[in-house]
Amino acid sequence: MSSELRLLKPGTYFMMGNIACAEAALIAGCEFYAGYPITPSNEIAEHMSRRMPQLGRHFIQMEDEIGSIVAVLGASAAGVKAMTATSGPGFSLMMETIGLSAMLELPCVIIDVQRAGPSTGIPTFVGQGDVMQARWGSHGDYELVVYAPSAVQEFFDLTIEAFNTSEWLRIPVVVLSDEVVGHMYGRLVVPEYDKIKIVNRKRYNGPKDQYLPYSCEALVPPFVAAGDGYRIHMTGLTHDERGYPSLEIEDSHKLIDRLVMKVRKNSKHLWKYETLYADDADVVVVTFGITARSTEEAVKRARAEGLKVGMIKLLTLWPFPEDPVKIASQYARRLLVAEINMGQLIHPVREVAECPVAGINYPVGYAPPPEYILDGIRAAV
Amino acid sequence: MSQKGLVIKEKIVSESPRDHLIRKERFPHIWCPGCGLGTVLKCYVEAIAASSIPEDKHVVISGIGCTGRIAGYVRLDSYHVTHGRPIAFAEGMKIVRPDLEVTVISGDGDLVTIGGNHFIHAIRRNVDINVFLVNNFIYGMTGNQMGSTTPLGAKSSTSPYGCPEPPFNLPLLAAALGAPFVARWTTLHTRQLAEAMKKAFQVKGFALIEIISPCPVGFGSYNELREGKDYIKLFLENCIVDHSADLNKAAISLRPGEPIILGNFIQREMPSYHDFELEVFKKAGWLK
Amino acid sequence: MSLKIIREPINKYIQKIPLGLIHVIPERCKECGYCIDLCPKDVLTVSEERNIKGYRWPKIADGKASECIACRMCEWICPEFAIFVVEADRREYE
Repeated sequence: MSSELRLLKPGTYFMMGNIACAEAALIAGCEFYAGYPITPSNEIAEHMSRRMPQLGRHFIQMEDEIGSIVAVLGASAAGVKAMTATSGPGFSLMMETIGLSAMLELPCVIIDVQRAGPSTGIPTFVGQGDVMQARWGSHGDYELVVYAPSAVQEFFDLTIEAFNTSEWLRIPVVVLSDEVVGHMYGRLVVPEYDKIKIVNRKRYNGPKDQYLPYSCEALVPPFVAAGDGYRIHMTGLTHDERGYPSLEIEDSHKLIDRLVMKVRKNSKHLWKYETLYADDADVVVVTFGITARSTEEAVKRARAEGLKVGMIKLLTLWPFPEDPVKIASQYARRLLVAEINMGQLIHPVREVAECPVAGINYPVGYAPPPEYILDGIRAAV
Repeated sequence: MSQKGLVIKEKIVSESPRDHLIRKERFPHIWCPGCGLGTVLKCYVEAIAASSIPEDKHVVISGIGCTGRIAGYVRLDSYHVTHGRPIAFAEGMKIVRPDLEVTVISGDGDLVTIGGNHFIHAIRRNVDINVFLVNNFIYGMTGNQMGSTTPLGAKSSTSPYGCPEPPFNLPLLAAALGAPFVARWTTLHTRQLAEAMKKAFQVKGFALIEIISPCPVGFGSYNELREGKDYIKLFLENCIVDHSADLNKAAISLRPGEPIILGNFIQREMPSYHDFELEVFKKAGWLK
Repeated sequence: MSLKIIREPINKYIQKIPLGLIHVIPERCKECGYCIDLCPKDVLTVSEERNIKGYRWPKIADGKASECIACRMCEWICPEFAIFVVEADRREYE
């Protein structure tokens, strides 16, 4: 068997972010990929179209992004791990179905390689304008998890984590990458497989007459797939524990409460972040994605100048990691939020911060150079 | 045992012989008196009972609208998804589980208006799913608005002067896209419909049955078809069964003298998406 | 308007005509009238009673007690799964 017919071997690689993401999905156990061409996420689909059939897995190029994510849910309902990848305009088209994924509790992973917007924007250039859309894009009350990588290695790790989280909580999980992280080549270390944690959704195999597909006994009900013989019904309508449509206030409250609480109550387990010099800093920069790379350099230069500056790099954007930001704000005089948009992540930061918060905003299309962030830091200090 | 001399009366019971295939605890269903959807459900259930495929392997997927509720009444694995998207959902499911018999039952507005793109591409790919498209000429659930199947000139809540657009000719569309099985029946032609459904289960590739269904409370109230019996009259007087009909002439106008053409129009064998994918697996080295 | 039998089979007198026993689930009926209108033997009519939703379910009309030939048209057309026919041996009743 040629090496191509296997998963990426443990070892060290120099690899493009988007391809590292695709290889991570294969290791995570992704059995179905549906997507529609869109820059700058294309390398993921291209790589998957070559690799998935080598492993006997399914790749399909759908007619649009709506069809892509709906097909992903169809595959998920059949019991397999499934994903799609897109960018801003396609992500917008997927919003309604992200709500369906949350409502039916069908796990799925969506990679959004962000580009400059609004609208067509600059397809080949970077942006970070989908932070709020990723969280609030679909109508109604639901919660999901959004990860944001800033390097090739993180893109790889967080893609596996995204599958694990979506399988664990039966929710849609978004990996909010960006054009630079997607296209940059970087160091990738693939650990030994037995060191990689893989989570599979909990399946029900008890008596058929006692199965409640949306049981409220636990926050995450066990799953059955189509064809398992349980004659399950899933509906996007508000439903009772049997999965049947219901107009009852009690059913609605129980369902929506559970959909939200399964993420909220597990927030602390979902928060991923890294800090740099944040312990004694007067000014802490909160940032994520490619902006974190510029910020890291800016913070190091500021320290060299004797400025007491630190940073928090968020790897989880939603549920918003409140505690680390709140604690930082209790010691710092000021928080800065650096992002490639006109101010999105600054809102949840402001919500929890106990000190003044200001934004370092960079117009979309370009990653901010460290000097730009350093200027912002100097102005704040 | 002899019952001679006994006066035969109707027997009052609480269960029907097909109750194991419907979610009887949800009956009576939400559809209006005279609506054809219950009959579609009945025919589907009969087709399943008569088919050799195990019941547990049948999956129903519906979209939004009156017809979309069918998934909630059939006791099979059933999924009620977003508006226009059941075909895409079915494709994802069928591709990863070729052993399942995946059937989409949804309405005209759902499948060919908002979901038209998925419809044409699923046929082009020839994914092995069955699509039972219930055409009642109108958006019933939302209050009887016109759609892409509303006949030219027919009235609705958003076409008070008569529908200004010509409708789809669905059998012609599906045939042109290369569907291996295309049929059209009404809910009056119950046995023919169930037979066509059984055929659709056997077909390798995309099978379309357009089912013309009464909507006396919605479409009918705007178009002089206020009772179920008005529809029966319409179907009895206007339907022509012609399996080899010229599909160019199969559009439905509902005008006097212009028939509704029914039949199993297209039955042909061709490779399905599954066959194409196996080729890919071979070229990729996964299969020998 | 009903589906009348217009053709007389040549073996009419030697053929065994099945007898149908009609079963009704009144609570499911919505009085659409399909079973009554489409019965080729005009066996059915509406009951005097009404179900919980106010609909009158089908019953066998006066004098039609043994007229049902078990064609099951009513069973197939009923959108409510509210009527079905069990075939019996006519000789046991006549």
